[in-house]
Amino acid sequence: MQHVSAIREPLITGGKTLHDVTQDICYQVEAKPNIRWIGAMSVALFFLGVFFYSVYRTLWYGIGEWGLNKTVGWAWDITNFVWWVGIGHAGTLISAVLLLFRQKWRSSINRAAEAMTIFAVICAAMFPVLHMGRPWLAFYVFPLQNTLGSLWVNFNSPLLWDVFAISTYFTVSLVFWYTGLVPDFATIRDRAKGPIAKFSYSMLSFGWTGSAKAWSRYETVSLILAGVSTPLVLSVHTIVSMDFATSVVPGWHTTIFPPYFVAGAIFSGFAMVLTLMLITRVVFKLEDYITLEHIALMNKIMMVTGSIVGVAYITEFFIAWYSQVEFEQYAFINRATGPYWWAYAAMMTCNVITPQLVWFRRVRYSIVLTFILSIIVNIGMWFERFVIIVTSLHRDYLPSSWAMFSPSIIDIGVFVGTLGLFFTLFLLFAKFFPVINMVEIKSILKYTVDNGPTYTGNHGHSVPATTYSVTPGVPASAPVTYDKHD
Amino acid sequence: MTKRFALGVFEDEDVLLHAIDNVRGAGVKIYDVFSPYPVHGIDDALGIERSRLPIAAFFYGMCGLAFSLWLQIYTLGFDWPMIIGGKPQIALPAFIPVAFELTVFFTCHGMVITFYTITGLYPRFKTPVMDVRSTDDKFVMAIELDENNSSLPKLTQLLRENGASEVNQKEMTKK
Repeated sequence: MQHVSAIREPLITGGKTLHDVTQDICYQVEAKPNIRWIGAMSVALFFLGVFFYSVYRTLWYGIGEWGLNKTVGWAWDITNFVWWVGIGHAGTLISAVLLLFRQKWRSSINRAAEAMTIFAVICAAMFPVLHMGRPWLAFYVFPLQNTLGSLWVNFNSPLLWDVFAISTYFTVSLVFWYTGLVPDFATIRDRAKGPIAKFSYSMLSFGWTGSAKAWSRYETVSLILAGVSTPLVLSVHTIVSMDFATSVVPGWHTTIFPPYFVAGAIFSGFAMVLTLMLITRVVFKLEDYITLEHIALMNKIMMVTGSIVGVAYITEFFIAWYSQVEFEQYAFINRATGPYWWAYAAMMTCNVITPQLVWFRRVRYSIVLTFILSIIVNIGMWFERFVIIVTSLHRDYLPSSWAMFSPSIIDIGVFVGTLGLFFTLFLLFAKFFPVINMVEIKSILKYTVDNGPTYTGNHGHSVPATTYSVTPGVPASAPVTYDKHD
Repeated sequence: MTKRFALGVFEDEDVLLHAIDNVRGAGVKIYDVFSPYPVHGIDDALGIERSRLPIAAFFYGMCGLAFSLWLQIYTLGFDWPMIIGGKPQIALPAFIPVAFELTVFFTCHGMVITFYTITGLYPRFKTPVMDVRSTDDKFVMAIELDENNSSLPKLTQLLRENGASEVNQKEMTKK
């Protein structure tokens, strides 16, 4: 098999046919779970247990179980919230922005990345809800009339914008993801052997048959969803950054927060996509679909966004100096040299220095190095949020209330617990859903081989019939009659 | 209503597209074409009209925008006016984020619900499929047969000439 262009690497290797694609992807869904999956699931379930225990402690005894104090009222919870939301962004970026930009290589990774988005947003949403202390009153954030009178929510508050942004983002991503899954569920349904599988995938596939008109509408829907998701994904992290940027706290009151947070979100999101895809391709033997080329491309995006983040760190310092506001200047000097200098150093090393290694071709195409790098970036981006939140809060205008923050065991438990929640959901997804978008892979397959398309459209007149050789052994005109609804 | 269909099975999308042109050119009405992925150019070949979903999407978006502006202006400006942070009661710039989010929310969900409704997709126990291989690797063209199947030999001939690897028939309940 050859590819069309001499300067482009093939998107799918291994000389796959349409049927091979179905076989390879459906195999994972149809086969019994392997030992590695069971092992990973056990670890994930253990941490899910940690999550439930920590949440129980938080809800039963209250937010006092966390290490928050009168000065640092937002610490790990909001750090984790912003971190998880940021991770979610790469999924939508891959599925929407790269679709609009006609980047065909996204097809191999978009399904898993979108699933990652959904699960990351679920994990993110846990933190603000738990931080309320009384989550059963969470409906207060929605514009419902109060029982005491017609008191409404405050639409001037970025925290309320967050409610709308996150809930819109979650539901839109979910619908986008599910609509993309419907034709693939139909493929699994039509191959299913057992009655349970037949029934469940029939329910999930919504009766999809793949008729031409349905496909036509499906493509329209995908394109419009991508079109509205693109500004949506940028708006969500912009609004998350406004939680900080619209305040007057030195270190938070920064106009570059929206683009800087969006770049950071894509940065950490791609790191997480890389972490997950590197594991998935090995565990499920998908090396032909997620090639080294895919990994290199993701690495490049990670490097570009990482560099944008690096520029943002320097810009913050420059603006603090240039604005001549002494509180701003102090906040940034305190960040780099104060008691949390180690967090700042970790952030700088992980986010600014390490991604620059991607310039080396050898690093870009190395699976082991990419994996290590993606983990480092994830850690670094967590520290970035921690630095922004805690170093700005622990010393602000009033020196008498300066304080330090250290996490409690429950703080750590909730964070590690959400990792368990995330991986439990991801592993379930990887087992029961097709991890790679079969439809999109099939539709790009022809464009990666040398005998590309020949049809150029009938311009109002019929095309002269080409003589096709009749394959021997195939029933010519002996009709096979099936039973109704076989 | 149960009907009999002739099913031409094709292996390749380009062969299918040429076949659609020729079958339609021969004056045969195609009932439907089933494919494992969206075939580009099939809309023109089959004469499927452009979807009006984008218009619907725009309409839903406008509804979302109008609703969000009404909600924010009515609640904060008229129903319970309060001065928050010295801002005016109807602080339009502050209303932009929620207005944007609700526009997207209404566009997306309105359009997707419309898509599922008009395409007839809903969870069901059993799905009748013309040929199960059409969700795997085959392209299937379905042509409705007349009462006593008299058109079958001619159709078989036509489909075979145009590159169908198999011609089958099947009884189905017509939508």
